[in-house]
Amino acid sequence: MPEISKTTNILVCGVGGQGVMTATEILAEAALSLGFDVKKTEVAGMSQRGGVVTSHLRFGAQVRSPQILPGEADLLVGFEAAEALRWGHMLRPGAAALVNSGRIVPPVVNVGLFDYPDDPVAQMRTLGLAVYAFDASSLAQQLGNIRLGNTVMLGASADRLPFPAEVLRDAVLARFSARKPHLAEINREAFEAGRQAVAAAALAA
Amino acid sequence: MSASQPVTAPSRLFLSGNEAVARAVWEAGTRVAAAYPGTPSTEILEVLAGYPDLYAEWSINEKVSLEVALGASMMGARAFCAMKHVGLNVASDALMTMTVTGTEGGLVIAVADDVGMSSSQNEQDSRFWGRFAHVPVLEPADSQEAYAMTLAAFDLSERYRTPVILRLTTRICHVKGLVLAGERREVEPGGFQKDPRRWVMVPGNAKPRLPLMFERERALREESAASPLNFAVAGRDRRIGFVATGPAFMHVREAFPDAPVFKLGLSCPPPLERLRIFAETVDELVVVEETEPLLEGEIKAAGIACRGKDLLPSIGELAPDVLERGIARLRGEAAPEPEVVAPQQVFPRPPTMCIACPHLGVYYTLSQMRNIVISGDIGCYTLGAGHPWNALDTCISMGASMGVALGMDKGRGAVDANKKIVAVIGDSTFMHMGLQGLLDIAWNRGNVTVLLLDNRAVGMTGGQDNPGTGRDLRGNETPRVDFAALCEAVGVRRERIRVVDPYQLPVLFKALREETKIEEPSVIITDRPCVLIDHYTPTKPYEVIDDRCTGCGNCLEVGCPAIHVTRRENTVKASGKEVELAFVRIDTAGCTGCGLCVQPCAPEAIVHAEPAVQAVPFVRK
Repeated sequence: MPEISKTTNILVCGVGGQGVMTATEILAEAALSLGFDVKKTEVAGMSQRGGVVTSHLRFGAQVRSPQILPGEADLLVGFEAAEALRWGHMLRPGAAALVNSGRIVPPVVNVGLFDYPDDPVAQMRTLGLAVYAFDASSLAQQLGNIRLGNTVMLGASADRLPFPAEVLRDAVLARFSARKPHLAEINREAFEAGRQAVAAAALAA
Repeated sequence: MSASQPVTAPSRLFLSGNEAVARAVWEAGTRVAAAYPGTPSTEILEVLAGYPDLYAEWSINEKVSLEVALGASMMGARAFCAMKHVGLNVASDALMTMTVTGTEGGLVIAVADDVGMSSSQNEQDSRFWGRFAHVPVLEPADSQEAYAMTLAAFDLSERYRTPVILRLTTRICHVKGLVLAGERREVEPGGFQKDPRRWVMVPGNAKPRLPLMFERERALREESAASPLNFAVAGRDRRIGFVATGPAFMHVREAFPDAPVFKLGLSCPPPLERLRIFAETVDELVVVEETEPLLEGEIKAAGIACRGKDLLPSIGELAPDVLERGIARLRGEAAPEPEVVAPQQVFPRPPTMCIACPHLGVYYTLSQMRNIVISGDIGCYTLGAGHPWNALDTCISMGASMGVALGMDKGRGAVDANKKIVAVIGDSTFMHMGLQGLLDIAWNRGNVTVLLLDNRAVGMTGGQDNPGTGRDLRGNETPRVDFAALCEAVGVRRERIRVVDPYQLPVLFKALREETKIEEPSVIITDRPCVLIDHYTPTKPYEVIDDRCTGCGNCLEVGCPAIHVTRRENTVKASGKEVELAFVRIDTAGCTGCGLCVQPCAPEAIVHAEPAVQAVPFVRK
């Protein structure tokens, strides 16, 4: 049983439609299964339309405010490279960011109004953040569906939680077994692929 | 959309504030629940639709939903309605008189303030309605309280025969937390009691009821003074005592765990004498509320010294760090600076229209027209104000595109004599409040061209049904509104009503050009469904043949998020003008083959992808 007195703050960020909220929901279910008090929040009014999405997850003995403050996230799970950069300041100094290096370029960049950062991951590293990056979008596509990206990212985060990776994996599988059993096996694969990819990224770093 | 929430046994549930309210509404034995979708309140009715043994409906607007709830209450049934903050503006006409009649079966109005404006046209503090209408206001601080206070609100409503406002904010509606839930209790309606002096609000009947309303308010003041929903949390650091409501209570507890706090759950009418006693136990009193200094003013008016919005913002959300900065100011200390890496400037990522959205063709066409004023409305199509179209000139309130366009026509001077005035409105907003505006345009012969974008969904809030979809909240078949017939019935001439396919750009352009030339009311109805709903069928996707792409960028003006720039090049035209070329590719996996971008592509560089990649339709939750 992990230490319960301290509150753990996980910030998940990405772009509307990537499954950020679902992934955070599954992280919450894993924490709930261990008896933590859990709060989860997001502002997602227009996020379905390709906007910025952040989901805050806090768990511990007792959680009051649902919001993670700048400098207080213990883990940042970035579903998109530039979004991870955007929210990097939410991390506690020294805490890790797990980043999908895959890019989603918005229309405002395509029409030439703004530039996409040259290398968001490198930029995060120059800020002194511990970044473990890999292309989760391509990995999901290789597994057959870009929508597996959120399970890949959950797998990537599994070994950096204050509880065993299997608890999160079981939460992923429980969700799919209940709602879409035919997708359970491929999600198990996606989860393990994300886990291995981030381990390889950590070795390389 | 008929979300289904399994009915679970009494237990610890992980629920959002919206889900917790729905759970409690069901448990309270509510018979009728009604709402119009609106962020952040939408999910309450979606979840309720999954519960058995109650009638739940999407109403056409919030005023109707409140009237439906009142009718049920008159029968002695428990009734509920939910809305976003601006919804209560619409419903206020009913509210301001039902507070005079009072209610019979318990009636609870959940109003969700979009504090921070994630998806709204303004920010409002709905707690003012409690004072204006002399009705009680409950303010939960998390999901558990949202659940408990919903049950308490029904009880309060029946004991005082008053509508009760349950005031939510985004940080209640969209925060998940643990809730200890119970089971449903059936409540049999007492039956309608004919009583014209109570229910027929003509002056002679309403006048004798006004004193009853004020008597009720006096009694509620005593209720508030004794209510367990209002309580003090002890703290050993008595330099500052806080008065807090709603989610602000959690922020206070997070930021100042050792400070005494007076928590107001039944915040209207406030228990002023208890607050006076609490104030005497602390050096300084600070009121923490979202968003306006409402309680602060009432506390000061009672002669109790306090601070509040001189330290804290009255716009947007509060948070623990916002409080810490405000209190540091009060103490004359430096604001605490957390050790944080510098925030990085990253391009903005505003919401966009979806790949293949039928509105893309409409806004592409509007963006190509000159000498035009476009009166807009509220929905996904408000995004037409953004890049690359910049084709929306106003957005005010639900249905305002109609009246605003008519006023523009009637108010124009010589300088605008040649302007074409176009109003753009979606199907659901049209039925919510736009229909009356069109009636006014037709009746008063306004020179306005109305674009009625019928995508068969309340798109922005997640594709809910409306009278134009032919389905109700639970997905049952219903009569479907015939928009062309409706427009004709209100007085638009049949020849001036056209139904066009928004994916056929030349047809749309021609229709707009012709109708804006004719000086009488006209309506152009676009008839293709929202790409996020199950009416939509994707077709064969497209790709760009690199060798043929000339980098002209015409396709980018469509604004489809599936089109990406691969490289840019500067070149000098024969005329000597320097231009930037943008070569593109299409995200074939996302493309659903609508064909809009094909039409402005002169070199015919956009062709069906071969071999065809199976597009994955976006499946709605």
